[in-house]
Amino acid sequence: MLIFELSSPGRRSHLQAPSCAPEPTDIPAAYLRVKKPVFPEVSELQVVRHYTTLSRKNFSIDTQFYPLGSCTMKYNPRGVHQLASLEGFLQHHPLTPVSHSQGYLQSAYELQTILAEVTGLSSVSLTPMAGAQGEFAGVAMIRAYHLSRGDTARQEFLVPDAAHGTNPATAVMCGFKIKEIPTDKSGDVDLEALRVAVGPHTAGIMLTNPSTLGVFERQIREIAKIVHAAGGLLYYDGANLNAILGKCRPGDMGFDVMHINLHKTFATPHGGGGPGSGPVAANDRLKPFLPIPTVGFDGKHYRWLNEKDCPQSIGRLSAFMGNAGIILRANIYARLLGGEGLCRVAEYATLNANYLMARLKQAGFTLAFPDRRASHEFIITFKKEAKTFGVTAKDIAKRLLDFGVHAPTTYFPLLVPECFLIEPTETESKQELDNFVDILITILKEAEVSPEIVKQAPHRLPVRRLDDLKAARELDLKWRE
Amino acid sequence: MPFIPHTEDDVQAMLDTIGVQHINVLFDEIPENLRIHDLNVIESGLNEMTIARDMKARALKDGGLACFVGAGAYEHHIPAAVWQITSRGEFLTAYTPYQAEASQGTLQLLYEYQTMMANLMGLDVSNASLYDGASALAEAVLMATRANTGAKEPRILIAGNLHPHYRKTVETLVRPQGIVLETLAYDEKTGSIVRERLPTIQHQDVVALIINQPNFFGGLEDVDALTDWAHEHQALVIGVVNPIAMALLKEPGSWGKSGADIACGEGQPLGIPLASGGPYFGFLCTKMEYVRQMPGRLIGRTVDQEGNIGFSLTLQAREQHIRRAKATSNICTNQGLAVTAATIYMSLLGASGLADVAKASHANAKALCDGLKAVPGIRLRFNAPFFHEFVIECPCAADVLVQALLKQGILAGLDLSILSPELSRCLLVCVTETKTKADIEVYVDAVKQALLNISSATTV
Amino acid sequence: MHTVPQELSYTTTHEWVRIENDIATVGITEHAQSLLGDLVFVDLPTVKKGLAVGDDAAVVESVKAAADVYSPINGEVIEVNTALSDAPELINQDPYGAGWLFKIKIVGELPLTLLSAQDYQSMLDEEL
Repeated sequence: MLIFELSSPGRRSHLQAPSCAPEPTDIPAAYLRVKKPVFPEVSELQVVRHYTTLSRKNFSIDTQFYPLGSCTMKYNPRGVHQLASLEGFLQHHPLTPVSHSQGYLQSAYELQTILAEVTGLSSVSLTPMAGAQGEFAGVAMIRAYHLSRGDTARQEFLVPDAAHGTNPATAVMCGFKIKEIPTDKSGDVDLEALRVAVGPHTAGIMLTNPSTLGVFERQIREIAKIVHAAGGLLYYDGANLNAILGKCRPGDMGFDVMHINLHKTFATPHGGGGPGSGPVAANDRLKPFLPIPTVGFDGKHYRWLNEKDCPQSIGRLSAFMGNAGIILRANIYARLLGGEGLCRVAEYATLNANYLMARLKQAGFTLAFPDRRASHEFIITFKKEAKTFGVTAKDIAKRLLDFGVHAPTTYFPLLVPECFLIEPTETESKQELDNFVDILITILKEAEVSPEIVKQAPHRLPVRRLDDLKAARELDLKWRE
Repeated sequence: MPFIPHTEDDVQAMLDTIGVQHINVLFDEIPENLRIHDLNVIESGLNEMTIARDMKARALKDGGLACFVGAGAYEHHIPAAVWQITSRGEFLTAYTPYQAEASQGTLQLLYEYQTMMANLMGLDVSNASLYDGASALAEAVLMATRANTGAKEPRILIAGNLHPHYRKTVETLVRPQGIVLETLAYDEKTGSIVRERLPTIQHQDVVALIINQPNFFGGLEDVDALTDWAHEHQALVIGVVNPIAMALLKEPGSWGKSGADIACGEGQPLGIPLASGGPYFGFLCTKMEYVRQMPGRLIGRTVDQEGNIGFSLTLQAREQHIRRAKATSNICTNQGLAVTAATIYMSLLGASGLADVAKASHANAKALCDGLKAVPGIRLRFNAPFFHEFVIECPCAADVLVQALLKQGILAGLDLSILSPELSRCLLVCVTETKTKADIEVYVDAVKQALLNISSATTV
Repeated sequence: MHTVPQELSYTTTHEWVRIENDIATVGITEHAQSLLGDLVFVDLPTVKKGLAVGDDAAVVESVKAAADVYSPINGEVIEVNTALSDAPELINQDPYGAGWLFKIKIVGELPLTLLSAQDYQSMLDEEL
């Protein structure tokens, strides 16, 4: 039932808005709206009941194990949410003079400092509103750097074939051509191919480390040397930062600029697809190009740094200063954990991933990279099962939902056929992981004995498999009476 | 350990299964010269109680002002039910609805949002949100450039009375594409874009015209005339609008003879708190013919294999995870939670409630404007009808007034000297439905008193 | 096994070409459409557009994938299959007939990169 279908003409929740507001007399009639928009006409109870009911049709971290690879679906502490929602923060207008913004500014400044320490890079701007915008900022900074030196020949960006789809999309948004770099059999970047690819046209390379294949790129220093020697710079996609907190730092690996997904590593809620936040960190070479505004501190007061302070900045990315509420949450989370707690994040995320990987291997599942350590995530492939039983990774993913577990990331990275990318995160217990293994074993047995159960899954959710073809061919994007 | 459930026995059993002695061995693929061994430069962890005290003190420093600033972020009353429901863990802690069967709550809500937002704008289709109003405009510019294939060069006309931060955001995000932004001067007297002063252009010279309703000064534009002018020159029309205002003012789909082609803007007024500037959400609506050029996620209604109605992400082939380098945008995450709040907000208010908020805001702004015009030395800067924001010119630097009212707990408005020297005595003031008659009187009295103090100071 | 009509030429990127005098008709092979699955949208080039071998000429889109169609020939687009805008499924149903994409007026020599039906078939066999 849609909210519109609960509607009755003339019903409304009077208490929500001032009633009896006068009709405007000083606006020309030609400027006014003639017909009211079609909105639901419902009571407050109907709204509350409708959306509460809808919420219960969702899987979420609060209700289910959610091992979605590359998304770091860890527990989002409630205390953090509550403190970021304090009245004083919520009613604070973004254009309030700094004299009355010191609470927020201090929190943002502290987070800049913490992120610089964690990444091994000198400066941070918190303004990008999501990982993809952080990527844009970083690549645009590299572009601005080359242009500032009059080096206009650098028109190519290198992207490994295993990269997140945002990487090539971002580089194109920044005006670059893409050159794909292949991956070798053990999951590392093919160095020979890289040596051939770099040159005076190379603006830079975008890398994730650990890579999207769930393994640490062991030759990273060599890669940095090759790219830097050719005059290019290195961009680090921070999607997998959770794996290395306190263990190693992108700045030490040779990266010049990176983004951090606060909604992954710093446990801010994903909100059903956002808001995220993608701060960007840079070394001294790229610092002048950071997006504005950033926060400065003179030892006494905090203030915004803008165009005047950073004349070479790539500019603004949002109307105000990014997703401030997420920045507050990340600050609170980082200070709750402290330096020692942040190190534990990588340790236990890695322990969980390697344990789960070992258990699944013992149970007869096929690992994509059996000779490698898992980082905070790893890949299994159902290529064998697809051939033998006709049951695909998608089928198994849907069947997992029946058992009350969110499916891992499927069919990514594209290089591994019929794959699951599994990221348990540090906040899951051993029991939960053991339970997950038991469920997968059960499903594998089903695939062998009665594959139709798996192929037709899910059976126990609010809907069965959806007709995506109909959705795309007969576009229904808006309800009509 | 905070948020980590492992007991010592768990850890031992897990290490035994893996076949290693210690957790640190698991990092042995990281070259030794890259390893660090602690993050002790970052302070030690605090407990929830301690940090709560600290954050409460900070929040206290930032709160408590009576807000008369708008300029792109607006204080409206948010019904209690909005965030009570939005903060449910099932909305708060879910991810992007990739597994449709396990995300029907979020997906259906987004479909309802798309319906309400498209209806509010009078257009065929809305996406499931973008980051904020300014970046939504940048995406609209990129979209128009893809959609208007007939245009001779990627040239965009952009109203000079647009929010300056929007203008700058667009510059940052579209500059690498070689798109040329050309500013249209606003009329000195009205602050609006006047058709008579538009540049002489040939057919198909420009991709699109960007206009805003209301404009940055709060004033209203003759959107019909501007839309028709653009369409006569085969340019698309991008309308940047305040969604609350659209409950009262003519919706983009009805502008001129054939309607704006793209409407976008800041969704924050629809139930999202000011919160230091975010998270908010950007909205973007268009006509059906341009749907494939649209950036961001779209939810479609379909059926499952038994014929039951269900919802799923659709037209995904436009997106980065499939199209990679050829995607319509690099956007993946949007602002789902803010949209959840906005959908609940719009459902609670309904069309007439939203119109009431718009009318009350307008009436309050009018009342304050009238009160201020009666104060000697204050005059209204632009002579044009306005929605809930207007510009006053003071006999002193605007900042002097801002500082004086700040002392009385009033955030008086935005000092426009940041825009241009000729606006150095100008203050952009906003009033919404949240202010009472008494609040407005206090503001006017405070201004009177401040001006008196200034003139007596100068006399002495 | 997918059909590979003998009388057509092919590319390594799974386009087929039918050459009649100086006109080339272009589509995607049965193998290509089966890889993509049910098609939902086709973006065709504009008539009169000049194309060189390897240029992006069209985009075919299924529910979960999108693929570029590259021009196999140098020349100018003279006609596109407008029926596809309402019925992209024609490509699935009849890839070598009603599912054709566009016609090009050939300019210059035919490129040497075109494959015979036999060569294309062996390429497919190798992929499997």
